[in-house]
Amino acid sequence: MLTTLLSGDLPRSRVLAVVLLAILAGLVLAPFVFPGTRSLNVAAKVAVFVLLVASYDLLLGYTGIVSFAHTMFFGIGGYGVGIAMAKLGAGWVSLALGIALALSLSAALALAIGLLSLRVRAIFFAMITLAVASFFQILASQLSGFTGGEDGITYKLPDLLLPGTKLVEMPLLGVELNGRLASYYLVVLAALACFLALLRVVNSPFGRVLLSIRENEFRSEALGYRTVTYRTAANCIGALGATLAGVLYAIWLRYTGPDTTLSFNIMIDILLMVVIGGMGTMYGAAVGATIFVVAQNYLQDLMALASAAAKGVPLLPGLLHPDRWLLWLGVLFIVCVYYFPTGIVGKLRAK
Amino acid sequence: MSHGSALPAQRLDWLPLALIPAIALAALPFIPSLPTWVTLTVAGLAMGMMIFMMAAGLTLVFGLMDIMNFAHGVFISVGAYAGTSVLLAMKPSMQADSLAANLSAIVPAVLAAMALAGFLGWFFERVVIRPVYGDHLKQILVTMGGLIVVEQLIHVVWGPDIIPLPRPATITGSFIVGDAAIERYRVLAVLVGLAVFAAMWLILNRTRLGLLIRAGVENREMVESLGYRIRSLFVGVFIAGSALAGLGGVMWALYQESVNAQIGMQMMVVLFIVLIIGGLGSVGGCFVGALLVGLMANYTGYLAPKLALGSNILLMVLVLLWRPRGLFPVGRA
Repeated sequence: MLTTLLSGDLPRSRVLAVVLLAILAGLVLAPFVFPGTRSLNVAAKVAVFVLLVASYDLLLGYTGIVSFAHTMFFGIGGYGVGIAMAKLGAGWVSLALGIALALSLSAALALAIGLLSLRVRAIFFAMITLAVASFFQILASQLSGFTGGEDGITYKLPDLLLPGTKLVEMPLLGVELNGRLASYYLVVLAALACFLALLRVVNSPFGRVLLSIRENEFRSEALGYRTVTYRTAANCIGALGATLAGVLYAIWLRYTGPDTTLSFNIMIDILLMVVIGGMGTMYGAAVGATIFVVAQNYLQDLMALASAAAKGVPLLPGLLHPDRWLLWLGVLFIVCVYYFPTGIVGKLRAK
Repeated sequence: MSHGSALPAQRLDWLPLALIPAIALAALPFIPSLPTWVTLTVAGLAMGMMIFMMAAGLTLVFGLMDIMNFAHGVFISVGAYAGTSVLLAMKPSMQADSLAANLSAIVPAVLAAMALAGFLGWFFERVVIRPVYGDHLKQILVTMGGLIVVEQLIHVVWGPDIIPLPRPATITGSFIVGDAAIERYRVLAVLVGLAVFAAMWLILNRTRLGLLIRAGVENREMVESLGYRIRSLFVGVFIAGSALAGLGGVMWALYQESVNAQIGMQMMVVLFIVLIIGGLGSVGGCFVGALLVGLMANYTGYLAPKLALGSNILLMVLVLLWRPRGLFPVGRA
């Protein structure tokens, strides 16, 4: 049963299994164990980013292609929900319509980009996706009638998912069972389901071919696999995963704007999460995303303390300033690429 | 070039070159008045020249060692910041209305920018890029990491805010030619750009060093097997390319009259478009591509401001449909 659920890709390391169980338990029990708005936000963000990063890992870790357009697909999901909710009204039908439109747009774009540029080398694809993604970012900020420009859009969701809705009068274990909780569990369960689906994809024969393309493209082609087709398919699946992550994030935040979806900073975050967690393993995405999002939210507090403690020493307070947390993760990122190319998960599995 | 005559001269591929006047002329009917067109064309050429300075190093490094440096943008930002620091420190001679006084601020600023960017380039090649030769995936990742770290360090050293940078007195204002106002600074940028291009062309085509570089771009292994150390050649090209990016950074900062840490990253997107249009590894292609992008950005920026970057992507797609490997494809695929 468990083996089927994980598509036969068991953690293969006791420590990793414990870590993954802890993440899962943390996500499922978060509303009860860590009450409070901030920690619930962190938990939901972890769930969304696990899916986002896992879908990116399908490209980077399994297929060996670097795309900078992943936030674009993330944004398409977010804006799909946002625009549908804001323009068509907060109903289930318009929600479904928005999601369907976003998914089809993402698939079409990923197909077009893939067919145009995946024939050539990895670098070309990286450059093209960077250009297209920044074009999309500008498009979103210019079409302000649709997208709300730089301010983004705030919208209502179907009643069931709004915090004002009480599902049951009695609080359970001191936690009110309201729409916020419902949308939290919707996000977590949907992300989990998509994650397991991606796990299924990478452990299928299709996933094996992707791995073989990563390892030796020439040889895979010689064996008769059409590498362009496989890569394009991987690109489309990755894009759909990112779109769904965007949809979930939009449902959770009830807001979609350039800073939460399209910004290049998020692309950098995704890269950091994949590499630190471990490329080429779906579990790496889960571990990386969790560590990163938690660090993003709590490392800054720590750094503020350290920065205050280092007062008087030249340059050190500046280096430890809470806004410079990305500096240290960047250093960690480079070290990971050099010394732990398989990231945390690879290290754990090697033991 | 005594032994050069033994080889048939390479035929000049003039079609892509004709694109530059073609775009300029094609824009003419859409723009209401001739003076505006002149102003826009000069602005476009100036922008193109600055982009060329920033992109030249990137394309040569790629051609020579097959390395795509995603952190090239930080050389631009570091150059811009270093130059700005020097210029702001010498405020009195900046504001004086004499060319000599202005130059006494600008020359050290440019030198500082090129030196710091060049040094950073050397450091980068040594520490960040050298361990990942031949592995594109890791190169992209590691240089992205370098980009993050250096960008954050810029925040640490120069602070996170935009720094305003007024232009020196003698290069503010415009020339009036007929009815057209042409900003002095843009003329200067065009002149500097032409000088850089001419110098690069001379070095690449008329010196032994240039011969080796071109041969290396064409076929690295062959040059190595003839006993030349392509590695040290490459380090030199990398440093020179970074220094040029630093120069471009200062010029861009003066053009925008401000600096912020994001300019490097913002320019990267444009640089990639230019490189793809020109053909990866080709200096001439990079020059033509940069001018095309500069002109296109200025015309569309005037006619339909919302489409400015989109127009460049459109240009890129059109060029790729015409020549899938860029305007001037280089040896290796």
